[in-house]
Amino acid sequence: MNAPSITTTSSDVSATRGRIDWAAALKDSAKAALVMFGLSIPLLAYRTDQSGADLLLDPRWDLVAILCPIIFALRLAIHAFTATRAYRKAVPSPRQATEVVHAEPSAFQKVSRFGIPFFLGVALAFPFIVYVVQGGLNESRYWIDLGILILTYVMLGWGLNIVVGLAGLLDLGYVAFYAVGAYSYALLSTTFGWSFWICLPLAGILAAFWGIILGFPVLRLRGDYLAIVTLAFGEIIRLVLINWVELTNGGAGIASIPRATFFGIPFNSDEDGFAALFGLEYSPMHRIVFLYYLILILALLTNFVTMRLRRLPVGRAWEALREDEIACRSLGINTRNTKLTAFSIGAMFGGFAGSFFAVRQGFISPESFNFLESAIILAIVVMGGMGSQIGVAIAAIVLVGGPEILRNLTFLQAVFGEGFDPNEYRLLLFGAGMVAMMVWRPRGLISERQPSVILKERKAISGSLVKEGHG
Amino acid sequence: MSTAGANIAMQSPIAETARQPLLSVRGVKTYYGNIIALKGVDMDVHEGEIVTLIGANGAGKSTLMMTIFGNPRAREGTITYAGKDITQVPTHEIAQMSIAQSPEGRRIFPRMTVFENLQMGASINNFAHFDEDLERVCTLFPRLKERLQQRGGTLSGGEQQMLAIARALMSRPKLLLLDEPSLGLAPLIVKQIFDIIKELNEKDGMTIFLVEQNAYHALKLAHRGYVMVTGNITMSGTGKELLADPQVRAAYLEGGHH
Repeated sequence: MNAPSITTTSSDVSATRGRIDWAAALKDSAKAALVMFGLSIPLLAYRTDQSGADLLLDPRWDLVAILCPIIFALRLAIHAFTATRAYRKAVPSPRQATEVVHAEPSAFQKVSRFGIPFFLGVALAFPFIVYVVQGGLNESRYWIDLGILILTYVMLGWGLNIVVGLAGLLDLGYVAFYAVGAYSYALLSTTFGWSFWICLPLAGILAAFWGIILGFPVLRLRGDYLAIVTLAFGEIIRLVLINWVELTNGGAGIASIPRATFFGIPFNSDEDGFAALFGLEYSPMHRIVFLYYLILILALLTNFVTMRLRRLPVGRAWEALREDEIACRSLGINTRNTKLTAFSIGAMFGGFAGSFFAVRQGFISPESFNFLESAIILAIVVMGGMGSQIGVAIAAIVLVGGPEILRNLTFLQAVFGEGFDPNEYRLLLFGAGMVAMMVWRPRGLISERQPSVILKERKAISGSLVKEGHG
Repeated sequence: MSTAGANIAMQSPIAETARQPLLSVRGVKTYYGNIIALKGVDMDVHEGEIVTLIGANGAGKSTLMMTIFGNPRAREGTITYAGKDITQVPTHEIAQMSIAQSPEGRRIFPRMTVFENLQMGASINNFAHFDEDLERVCTLFPRLKERLQQRGGTLSGGEQQMLAIARALMSRPKLLLLDEPSLGLAPLIVKQIFDIIKELNEKDGMTIFLVEQNAYHALKLAHRGYVMVTGNITMSGTGKELLADPQVRAAYLEGGHH
């Protein structure tokens, strides 16, 4: 499919003319489609099937007929894209200021104006949308479960964003607090029979407490060294959970953790159950939908608290600490307390998410809290753009939802053969995505830092224009 | 500031305390690991003065300024501010004692807006004076007013220096420590900044301790000056005396800024 590369030359020509050169673009796209057609004769058009000793040729011209126009369209799209980009580069925007760097609404502002209400609306209506599309509660279980999974990671990402994104403390052991929260709920509820609503704040407090315990020894560390110590902390917690068998039941984990109740009303088919009380027909999905809204509320709470804290002196101090620790100290900021609050508040939200995880699964074991989890959460924060709330949410959807979508791309089997499992290429695609990020958006999907105080008008400067660290 | 005048009037009956310096450094030795950076420094800054410290690169000027702030901490000697021994006081508490510092290399917060940078300067005190102080630094530095909503990192070098000074002023300091405000700036901007330092001293009665490479400008501005050579104060005197001193001229002024 490698047509001779005329994109560069044609885009140069079209750039000088000011718009896309349709004749050349169409000609090249037709060439690409022709090459595709030629290649598909030996590669795609026939498929060999073995039935017993016979080798059968199974013609697949329909596939070729689909793919050639796709190649044509893609090639044309590439032309249109490169041409408009070259045009934009060649002709500077008349609004571009010569002195002060601002004016163009940034990526963040474009996303936030429509994106935030849109995402919020979709998240709130998600169970209903799925219900309508799938045509029934039980049929929509898979999608709502996926929604819960994504929202859990959104919440974890937002929690870690306080530590990594705002305070600039690279934490590779965040999953430890997730584990503390999960085990807090599991142990308190199975041992004392306490309800979820009592255990949730306790789990948060315990996780925050462990955040401070981690925070103290690492106060003087930064960057790589901090990352190593936090990584070790995450592993220590996991190993303790495995080896302290009397308390945690070791690697076998804790089973039959009490399920979530609707503020005391259990989700079962009894007479005093949720369905009976609300006059609904019993369905196990009520609990799942309830869990969906529970994690949505917890995630939004995390977001709300973070956004409020950013406007308070403590939140500003976190960000200033990320920018320049020495300047912070000379301005009279107690860097020790600032770091500890970042660690503990970040850990608290990790603890909330952990106890939600335990109540949802009903079973937890140390295996759920390995380093890969920390890495995924950190990847969500870094990919989303450190400190950006909406970026983290988008990254969580891509990184957690992406593999699930891959699993469902079964039509690719028609192209690559029966045995093809798209999910096996997950890490390859993940790596390619990361490389693409490094090239095009090295500071995350939304690299822009939103000022905590907006004066009269918004003037945005792309984050990539501003050096991090020393000014 | 009007309070400065009131303090002197109150203390005048006791001649000794009136003469007591606002900041006094006695026999301070500072080490980086095993390497000695300050070899026993004595220095005084009196209320209402501009005192400058000049010296070559690596003489220990910035180290002395950072040592006053307790980072690094003096291993020997005492530092007294307003009659209180601050040698062992944590840095962030020193910064809350109406001493403000504009550290070397500006060290503004590049991804935060000018406005947020100024908020950071004020956040240690109460916010009651914030609007008033903001107004004041905006009149001192009109350039910053234009750029309040712009990110610190996008400012030019001169504007960043102005921001660093403005940020330090937001805490209403009695004593302002400035580390090389002229670093890497065009002569015209340097003159502007030195004019503002002079104005702060004359109008507001602010005490200023200025560490500078730009010896000519600094000595012309300062009431008194100290010369530092490899961790020792080798000379001291009024700005005029030092400017006229042949040794100072030979070491720091010849072929320099005239």
